[in-house]
Amino acid sequence: MKILYFAWLRQRTGVAEEEVDPPADVTTVGALVDWLKTRSAGHAEAFANAKVVRAAVNQDFAATDAPVARGDEIAFFPPVTGG
Amino acid sequence: MIRVQAEDFDPAAELDALIAGRTDVGAVVTFLGLVREMTGNDVGGGDAGGARIEAMTLEHYPGMTEKQLAEIEAEANRRWPLQASLIVHRHGRLEPGDRIVYVVTASPHRAAAYEANMFLVDWLKTRAPFWKLEDGPEGERWVEARDSDDDAAGRWNAGPEKAAGKCRSPT
Repeated sequence: MKILYFAWLRQRTGVAEEEVDPPADVTTVGALVDWLKTRSAGHAEAFANAKVVRAAVNQDFAATDAPVARGDEIAFFPPVTGG
Repeated sequence: MIRVQAEDFDPAAELDALIAGRTDVGAVVTFLGLVREMTGNDVGGGDAGGARIEAMTLEHYPGMTEKQLAEIEAEANRRWPLQASLIVHRHGRLEPGDRIVYVVTASPHRAAAYEANMFLVDWLKTRAPFWKLEDGPEGERWVEARDSDDDAAGRWNAGPEKAAGKCRSPT
């Protein structure tokens, strides 16, 4: 699956985009976050406070219990500040 | 219609193009958002508002931005009898005084145009994936989301029935 990071999540993970292949038991956004945290110290720091991280699955906002699957585009970012 | 772009836009030209040749439109409401020089919520000067910024950079999520703006616009069209609508949102580096967002709503009567315009701006502030990075005297800082924006967007969640009822008020 394709993972995208924006704003300070991009800065902390050090990547804007990465292709990952998590284990089969990673089936929700929340489980994916727990797994991504183990990829690097930067990832762990980016997801340290999960309350301020928002997610989107295939470009729609998604809660932590939303399902994720192979082929999905999943993005992580802080609460939005446009307008 | 929605557009996401780095370039500046001409509000008058955008408005003219939106309603060119139409004779059924009775009311047009426009919202123009500008980059403010002060950070924080303070608008009256003093030291409560934070630092003066030199510039800000708007990052966005290409693809999702357009998708969300289109959905927000479609929702406004479901709730109000709009004849035309436009959202233009810029990204990239902007300086104080620069235009950042333009929202136009047109309808036969003013109430729908006003309400739909506020709805669009409130919703895009909480649902469109943009992030502001301010560049000030103390370096760069990501702007944090404001609870007041969530509150402003939340007041539209009462449902389309209530909103539709409101927009039928006499104009």
